[in-house]
Amino acid sequence: MASLLFCGPKLAACGLVLSIWGVIMLAMLGIFFTTHSAVLIEDVPFTEKDMEDGPTALQNIYKLYNQVGYNCFIAAAIYVGIGFLSFCQVRLNKRKEYLVH
Amino acid sequence: MSSLFRSEEMCLVQLFFQTESAHNCISELGHLGLVQFKDLNPGVAAFQRRFVKEVKKCEEMERILSKKSTFEKLEQELREINRNHAALRQNLIELMDIDSLLRMTEDFFEEAESLLTYSEPPSEDSVFIAGVIKQERFPAFEKVLWRLFHGNFVLRHTEMQATEELQARGAVKKDVFIIFVQGDHVREKIRKVCEGFRASLYSCPKTLYERKQMSNSVMTQMEDLRMILRRTEEYRAGVLTRAAEHVQEWGSKVKKMKAIYYTLNLCNIDITQKLIVAEIWCPVSDLTLVQSALIKGSEQSGSSVTPVLNRIQTQQTPPTFNRTNTFTEGFQAIIDAYGVGTYLEINPAPYTIVTFPFLFAVMFGDCGHGLVMTLFAVWVISQAESLRKWKNEVLNDVVIGGRYIILLMGMFSIYTGLIYNDCFSKSFNIFGSSWCVRPMFHAHGNETLHEYHHLQLNPFVPGVYSGDPYVFGIDPVWNIASNKLSFLNSFKMKMSVILGVSHMLFGVALSLVNFVHFRKFQDIFLQFVPQLIFMLSLFGYLIFLILYKWCITLRSETAPSILLLFINMMLFDYQSEHVLLYRGQKGVQIFLVLTAVLMVPVLLLVKPFLIYRTRMKTRHQVGEKDHFICFLLQVSMGDIFVYQAIHTIEFCLGCISNTTSYLRLWALSLAHAELSEVLWRMVLQVGLKISSGMGSLMLVVLFAAFAVLTVTVLLIMEGLSAFLHALRLHWVEFQNKFYEGSGYKFTPLSFDSLLKTQQ
Repeated sequence: MASLLFCGPKLAACGLVLSIWGVIMLAMLGIFFTTHSAVLIEDVPFTEKDMEDGPTALQNIYKLYNQVGYNCFIAAAIYVGIGFLSFCQVRLNKRKEYLVH
Repeated sequence: MSSLFRSEEMCLVQLFFQTESAHNCISELGHLGLVQFKDLNPGVAAFQRRFVKEVKKCEEMERILSKKSTFEKLEQELREINRNHAALRQNLIELMDIDSLLRMTEDFFEEAESLLTYSEPPSEDSVFIAGVIKQERFPAFEKVLWRLFHGNFVLRHTEMQATEELQARGAVKKDVFIIFVQGDHVREKIRKVCEGFRASLYSCPKTLYERKQMSNSVMTQMEDLRMILRRTEEYRAGVLTRAAEHVQEWGSKVKKMKAIYYTLNLCNIDITQKLIVAEIWCPVSDLTLVQSALIKGSEQSGSSVTPVLNRIQTQQTPPTFNRTNTFTEGFQAIIDAYGVGTYLEINPAPYTIVTFPFLFAVMFGDCGHGLVMTLFAVWVISQAESLRKWKNEVLNDVVIGGRYIILLMGMFSIYTGLIYNDCFSKSFNIFGSSWCVRPMFHAHGNETLHEYHHLQLNPFVPGVYSGDPYVFGIDPVWNIASNKLSFLNSFKMKMSVILGVSHMLFGVALSLVNFVHFRKFQDIFLQFVPQLIFMLSLFGYLIFLILYKWCITLRSETAPSILLLFINMMLFDYQSEHVLLYRGQKGVQIFLVLTAVLMVPVLLLVKPFLIYRTRMKTRHQVGEKDHFICFLLQVSMGDIFVYQAIHTIEFCLGCISNTTSYLRLWALSLAHAELSEVLWRMVLQVGLKISSGMGSLMLVVLFAAFAVLTVTVLLIMEGLSAFLHALRLHWVEFQNKFYEGSGYKFTPLSFDSLLKTQQ
């Protein structure tokens, strides 16, 4: 059980903070991408070809928007995992500190 | 009445108390923390003062305590514990040697017995000796034995198994050996040899049964010893921790005593050696508190005479005391860092509480970064006490002392971030943009869209601009416009000038309050009014031009530049092709410039002239014979003229240079916005643009990099930079309009602050 601890208290705390920030920010980005916000147009990887076809041009762009949005949600889910891991490390570190004293 | 508006009124008080009660009284005053002792023996050198021996003794004790060594009794106890511990350890090692010896000699005995039975009949004087020797010495040992007995012996050895415990206690590798020889007389020789090689010999019983007995007893002894050792170590740890607690207590007591003796050195001892006279500065509103503290001190020491307080009038300037609480002391500290206010001068701190975070936020404006900063500040505030234990000087002073400043900076940054509509370089569209794209290209259809790379939204085309500006802040459409910077630069520069001139006008207005308080009514008309008129007629008019131009509708091709208008105004350059903003502008501008120019001689000449006139009058009254003395006592007129000239030039030229200096508000906010955009585009966008499944993994890694760079570059570096520039704007551009800052700070004898600095 003791060998499950692989990072010190500071690294674990940093990881926890980073994960919380990552979850919140990536989730919000995902929401903004899936609602096709115009401000984020420069972050969507569209090409000239997507804008060529007349009737489906808009749907192509929306599809790309949704893809990026789902990527963001998946990244947010990965950060949930990393956050949980960091939280466990923080708790293990606290327990180890408690034992020594 | 105490408030942050102005520094407190102080009084000089003489204290008389008895020598016996001196220690207790000063101790009580130290706990109160409200009086500053004046040095009554300024000419006396440090080593000549009365209590110099006591101070030295306290310093010695402080040094001893700071080395974390214990006092004698404790030291002895520890030595004894250590000795016992060492002895027990030695015992344990011996027992372990015996134990392994016994285990390993089992097979030796069998082998040896069989060998001896083959060669000779077993005789009573066959001797065997068993022992333990260091492994590295064994080969030499064997050689010596060979020479001694000419091969007439049996020697067997094995390496002793190094157990974990032995290795932990730092033992060396050892070998177990056993020698079988004939003849009793050789026992002494072998013993001498073994002594020479520092091998330890153990008596080993002959029969199996006895050996087993010995093995068992050795085991139980070892168990007992191990337990004793563990108990000893626990006891030692307990003694040390208890001593550590006491050391803290003793340390603070010694510090207090040293402070008291140092204070006593500042006082005067009466000729009868029974009375101590001290002079203290103390706030007028706290006199009753001081008196009650002295009474308590004298009661504690058991003296019958209460100390006497005697308030005296004095011409000396008292120290400046601003009563602050945890929230305001950070802001007061940054004001005092540049200069402590003159006694009873107006205190810039209450305005700084608002203007400093605001000017910081104008340079930092990003609601995402502001939110992170606010959350960080909230965490520091909630953990302030436990964070104080970190001994790092920088962190303690800057981060913990300034935690409320950081909180306000963060909150104001969220506000300006919403106005700039900038959150990690992206805008929010909360209220609906006022610009619409479709009406621009509706008429011409898709050809315009496909042919041209750069498209524009012309507000004069009906429908493109709705006519009502965005409700709060910058319209989000500007975030994706390619001429975003042209628009924002113009906006931010004009905003910086407006904020700068307002801040400086506020500073000039505060000087009026100072003049009224110090009853310098002449200065109001000779300094305040001309300065105000000069500033308003030039820079107030500039602000008017900016606001007027923002309010009216102009065609952008023919709109006049405000900077050019201002330059032409100063140069009286009115050519007919220049476009003006409103009718009658020429007349108004000429009038304003002439007024401003007229104020300069008023500032420069009127005050020295009046001083000259009053001097002439007093000289006539005093008479000719005192002429010489009067001349010597007064400052010469030349000096007064020069001083006034410097002041006038500083003000007039300073108006222009300080207004331009406020343009750093624009410059830093531009830098921050650009850095933020670069970080998004170069780091996070790379991950967002990958549309395949790998995009999410890249996004995880790149987001971590984005977060780290945001915190280090944008929050810490840009934050410190904006902090510094906002501070400079306060210290120089704002405070040189009214602040003198030539006082000295009130430093009371306070045990709380003394112990805090120790930690």
